[in-house]
Amino acid sequence: MDRRVVITGIGLYSSIGNGKKEVLDSLRKGKSGIVYDKAREEIGYRSCLTGMVEDPDLKPYLSRRERIGMHQPAMFAYMSTMEAMEQAKLDIDFLKKNETGIIYGNDSTAGAVINTIDKLRDRGDTTLIGSGDIFQNMNCTVNMSLSTIYKLKGINITLSAACASGSHSIGMGYLLIKQGLQERVVCGGAQEINVYSMASFDGLGAFSIGHDAPTKASRPFDKNRDGLIPSGGAATLIIESLESAEKRGAPILGEILGYGFSSNGDHISNPNFDGQYRSLKMSLEQAGVSAKSIDYVNAHATSTPVGDSMEAQAIHSILGSDVPVSSTKSMTGHECWMAGASEVAYSILMMQNDFIAPNINFKNPDEDSKKINVIPEFKEKKIDTFLSNSFGFGGTNSSLIVKKFVK
Amino acid sequence: MTREEIITTTKRFLSEEFEVNKDKITANNNLQKTLDLDSLDYVDLVVVIEENLNFKPTSDDFKKIETFNDFYDLVEQKLS
Repeated sequence: MDRRVVITGIGLYSSIGNGKKEVLDSLRKGKSGIVYDKAREEIGYRSCLTGMVEDPDLKPYLSRRERIGMHQPAMFAYMSTMEAMEQAKLDIDFLKKNETGIIYGNDSTAGAVINTIDKLRDRGDTTLIGSGDIFQNMNCTVNMSLSTIYKLKGINITLSAACASGSHSIGMGYLLIKQGLQERVVCGGAQEINVYSMASFDGLGAFSIGHDAPTKASRPFDKNRDGLIPSGGAATLIIESLESAEKRGAPILGEILGYGFSSNGDHISNPNFDGQYRSLKMSLEQAGVSAKSIDYVNAHATSTPVGDSMEAQAIHSILGSDVPVSSTKSMTGHECWMAGASEVAYSILMMQNDFIAPNINFKNPDEDSKKINVIPEFKEKKIDTFLSNSFGFGGTNSSLIVKKFVK
Repeated sequence: MTREEIITTTKRFLSEEFEVNKDKITANNNLQKTLDLDSLDYVDLVVVIEENLNFKPTSDDFKKIETFNDFYDLVEQKLS
């Protein structure tokens, strides 16, 4: 079986907007979501910059039992999923009766674990921790919460693949639907945003210290970048078979054409050209499209010299010099486990509205980025097909190709 | 703590923790049904009792409780 797979709902809870409408406005304006976080200064961070989202109040939507097992990844994911479900015209009554899966990207619950251990140290008795913490502490916290809230009856697994988690979640959901094993899958990525979650990463010295101008500090592909900026939130995509979407009368926002993946099998943190090259190449082969048909590349580029350079080389080798490229991380910062899903959602908004969001703060190219076509300002452009890259620690790579839907 | 103080205190923390209207917490109402407690909720019931009344009820204690009146009796006994 080889079925067509389409996207019928997207939801965003992002540092550049709560919901699609706000995010679309930020993407058009090149608005940054980066702030200086005093809490990071107080606890001893080298870089105090971060994308920021607030903890949402879920009391109007969820029962006590549903809420107490949720910490930031699940809370953020609920917000984005609520929006995606509404757009996809899905509700709990339908989901109870019609098998639907969930493959969600998440790779940490640091804040929740530390809160629990603080309670234990304070109370000296595990039976005084409370019943919600175990569900907050597990990496599959998003899946546990969303699958029970929405009564999902299909595949139910968490995908942990560092900063490519969200992208692989879409890719894996796509493969299951394409093969006829699922009709629809809730995919996405969530990223916690507390001071505990990024402390050890900050300690590696990989984050920007452009404290004087937070919104100008994330500079993917720019010669004068000085590191990435962490961020967080959640992005959800509802993907399903074309037959199912048409039968339900759901809006079709795009079609997933191809999924490429690879592992570097090399250094734990350093990216490598070969792995990225293979991921890109495989996505084109799987999609059955030529390099020339890619109208836009949403780059993984995080604003680190080595990572950006490797990706520029890979894009240049596979797609050439002309294809427009931008990294929305210039505005959002690096949304890590969420990024692969959010960046597909951002790109869909661009595709629907005929523009390319700017790679803000790109002033001077370096040796590698001068070989590709980085778009520094808002650009009107009809996009029929885009490619979204995501690469993560441990050398996990994912590339997705999405096309405007044509019946 | 007088019985009246026990009733006032427990109404407050039980209604806050389990998000139940205080008016539903009456002497003869069933505790488990009124607070809508499942097995996990009993873990949280222990936590809030310890936090507010400084003792930890056992599972045997809970076996004897049906109504809020039974619960007030338990608290009186533990605090005496």
